Amino acid sequence: MNPLGMLAELTHRCPLGCPYCSNPLALEDRAGEMDTATWIGVFQQAADMGVLQVHLSGGEPASRRDLIELTQAASDAGLYTNLITSAIGIDADRLQRLKAAGLDHVQVSIQDTDPVVSDHIADYKGAHARKLALAEAVTGLGMALTVNAVIHRANIANLSGMVALAASLGAGRVEIAHAQYYGWALRNRDALMPTREQIDQAMHEMDALQARYAGRLVIDSVIPDYYARRPKPCMGGWGQKSLNVTPSGLVLPCHAAATIPGLTFWSVRERRLEDIWANSPAFEAFRGTAWMKEPCQSCSLRTVDFGGCRCQALAITGDAAAADPSCELSPYHSHLQVLAEQASGGDYAYRGRKESAVGSVR
Amino acid sequence: MDEPVLPERPRLAPGVRLHFDKTRAAWVLLCPERIIEAEGPASEILKRCDGTRSVAVIVDELAAVFAVDRAVIAHDVTEMLTDLAGKRLLAS
Repeated sequence: MNPLGMLAELTHRCPLGCPYCSNPLALEDRAGEMDTATWIGVFQQAADMGVLQVHLSGGEPASRRDLIELTQAASDAGLYTNLITSAIGIDADRLQRLKAAGLDHVQVSIQDTDPVVSDHIADYKGAHARKLALAEAVTGLGMALTVNAVIHRANIANLSGMVALAASLGAGRVEIAHAQYYGWALRNRDALMPTREQIDQAMHEMDALQARYAGRLVIDSVIPDYYARRPKPCMGGWGQKSLNVTPSGLVLPCHAAATIPGLTFWSVRERRLEDIWANSPAFEAFRGTAWMKEPCQSCSLRTVDFGGCRCQALAITGDAAAADPSCELSPYHSHLQVLAEQASGGDYAYRGRKESAVGSVR
Repeated sequence: MDEPVLPERPRLAPGVRLHFDKTRAAWVLLCPERIIEAEGPASEILKRCDGTRSVAVIVDELAAVFAVDRAVIAHDVTEMLTDLAGKRLLAS
């Protein structure tokens, strides 16, 4: 089965410094990024092998000067184009040109509803105002808007406010995405992890919000792993539905897969995308169920949740082939809960700064 | 809580488009962050959601294409479009 979706990480450069960034600790640099023509070839190959949707992401994709040209090429190849942006670098004029290039959908992230709190989380003064301006410009042009909010200790008490903000901006959809502790986010786990009481309250609030906005706003919520009983079907299964191309052209089964030692990733600079999908050792490593150990191997849900997330299994148990510890059948499940409950809050470590440079606002 | 309202002359919402997937030889509805299969009658309904046809006209046209009782088609069309409207995938 060929993939339906492709995450195109056009660049790792990003003006924001969000502490929950799940991109790797070591980012790929500008010099190693693929040029315009190479990306256009990747889009064409993706469409030819049956990819339907491309998510233009990063880093901040607007940091690429050729974003409009790339969007046009993806659209011309027949791909549904989704821009995942912080809003920094896209003014009304550039948005208009993206629309003309065939952009189908825009996802804008927010950090919270209060500008001071939001800008502190993003580590960028004025970011919040620019996000609101872009969101309004998107709906003003009659385009589809999703608002994405990553949820953590400092903003989890304000779910209602964030959903209301998304609705007031004209979003058709809002993502309530509990922080996932990969890459840089793992370094900030203690500062970001909500308390058990916060999670219980948030789950209650989500039910009420779903009922209140039914028919008006689609609210998609990602369960917080550390407080879950069953793992998420990460990526819909390793190498089943989607692939990820890094700025330099490496093809990954998910954007955190490079944290797993010993995997060999092939590059679109050297091989065709379809060959990589079918034959790359990294995709073969955890495809299907043959790689599984107990309790996954005999579990009736093994083809439903695929054992959860390989990167989380590695991060917590040291073994990428173990059951995701967010599953209550994992021997590490109670350890995960202890990690969550021991988290004490505290200051964020921002990328590119001395650690704990800035205190928390809330 | 608002009940989804079926637009009088439905059209696909911004960010939603009907697409023929050549690789899998199947119609699909491409939506923000999701893909919905649109096999058989579903694609025939969705092709007609162009903002000019009323729901009644869509039903009439399908009744001409499929040898099925008009009342059955009317029920199926209304049900499908109401469901899509509830997911914010239709605009009026």
